[in-house]
Amino acid sequence: MSALALAFDLLLVAALLWLAWQALFDAHRFSAVAHFMVFGLVMSLAWVRLDALDIALAEAAIGAGVTGALLLAALGRLPAKAGHAPAWRRAQRPLVWAAVATVVSATLALAWVAWQLPRPGLAGPVAEVLPHSGVDHAVTAVLLNLRAWDTLLEITVMLAAVCLVWSLGPALSPYAPATALPGLPALTRLLHPLFVLVPAYLLWRGSHAPGGAFPAGAVLGAGGVLMVLAGAVHWVHDARRQPLLRLLLAAGVLLFLAVGLAGLGLAGTFLALPDALAGPLILAVEVAAALSIALMLMAFYLYGEPGR
Amino acid sequence: MTEWLHPLGYALIAAGTGFFVAGNLGLIRFPDLYARLHALTKADNLGLGLICLGLACQAPSLAAAAKFLLVWALMLVASSIGATLIASTALACGLRPRQQRPGSMEDDEREDTP
Repeated sequence: MSALALAFDLLLVAALLWLAWQALFDAHRFSAVAHFMVFGLVMSLAWVRLDALDIALAEAAIGAGVTGALLLAALGRLPAKAGHAPAWRRAQRPLVWAAVATVVSATLALAWVAWQLPRPGLAGPVAEVLPHSGVDHAVTAVLLNLRAWDTLLEITVMLAAVCLVWSLGPALSPYAPATALPGLPALTRLLHPLFVLVPAYLLWRGSHAPGGAFPAGAVLGAGGVLMVLAGAVHWVHDARRQPLLRLLLAAGVLLFLAVGLAGLGLAGTFLALPDALAGPLILAVEVAAALSIALMLMAFYLYGEPGR
Repeated sequence: MTEWLHPLGYALIAAGTGFFVAGNLGLIRFPDLYARLHALTKADNLGLGLICLGLACQAPSLAAAAKFLLVWALMLVASSIGATLIASTALACGLRPRQQRPGSMEDDEREDTP
C-alpha cells in the first residue's frame, strides 16, 4: 500500500512540474491558462495528500477556480492576435535562463532549509495552547489567534490588489452573451441559494474542522463572480452605493485591526485575544473577513473602479 | 446485511472509471467542438455518477452518501447548462458543426478550435 502511495505522490510531483512548465512556457495562451487551472487542481490534491485540507479547499477555490476564470476573462478581452505569445527574442534568452537558474537554486535552498527544520514541528505546542485559543480546530487557531498577524497581512494584500485593479480605470461592463439562451441567468438564480448556504456552513465548520473564512469567502465570491459575469449585480455600479461598497470591502481589515488594537489596550499586546472573548471575537472577524474576501474577488472582475 | 455494498461500490467505481476513460478518449479524438462536448458531458457525467454512487455505497453514514449524490446532482446541473452555453455561443460565433457528406471525406480534416 505504501509503495502505491509513493508511486501516486511521485506521479503528482511529476504532473505538477510538467503542468507548471506548460503554464509558463506554452506559446498558446488559452492552453497556458488551461494548464494553470489544472495545476491548481493537482496542487490541491497534493495538499490533500499532505493532510492540509484547509489549504486544499482554498487552493481549489481561489487558485484554480477564481484566478483561472479571471485569466480566462482577461484572455477574452485581448485582441484575437494576442492569443499566441511571441517567441523569445535573442536578447531575452540569457535573462530567461538566468531567471530559471535563480528559481531552481532558490527552490533547492528552500528544500534544504525545510529539511533542516526541527522534526516534530509545532503541532505539539499548538495542541497545548488550543484550549485557550477559543476554537477547537488547530488550523483556525493558528490563522486567527496564534498567527493572526499573517492573516491580517494577507487580507490587506488582497485589499491592495483591489485598489490596484481599480486604479487602472473605470469599470468595464461584462460582455453581452453571444446567445440569448436563458441558461446563464437560470444557473445563477438556481445555484445562488447554495452559494450562500455553503459558505455559511464552511464558516460555522471552521471552529472545529477544516473550513473558515478563506474557503467560505472564496465560495461566496465565486457565486458573486458568476452574477457579475451574468450582469446581474447592478448596485456595485451605482454611484450612491460606493461608500457602502468600500466599507464592506474594508470591513475584514477594519474589524481585524479593531480587535488587534483592543488586544493592545486590554492585554498589552497587539492582536492578543483574551481567553473568555476569543471564541466570539474569532467568529466575528471570520464573518467580516469572509464577506470582504467574497466582495474583493467580485471587485477584481469589475476590471476597474465602479461608479465613475 | 450491508456487507455486499462494499464490493458493489468497487464495481460501480470501476465502471465509472471506464466511462471517464471513454469520455476523455472522445474529447481527444472527436473531430469538432460539438462532438467533443457530447463526449465530455454525456460519458463523463455518467462516469461521475457511477463513481459517486460507488462511493456512496461505501460511505459510513446515510448523510455522507447523500452528500456524494448531491455532488453528482450539482455537476449535472452545472455541466448541462455549461455545455448548452458553450455550444450555442460557438454556433452564434459561426463555428459550423462538421457534417460528413459522401464525397467530401477528405476536405474537412481541419482543426476546429474556438
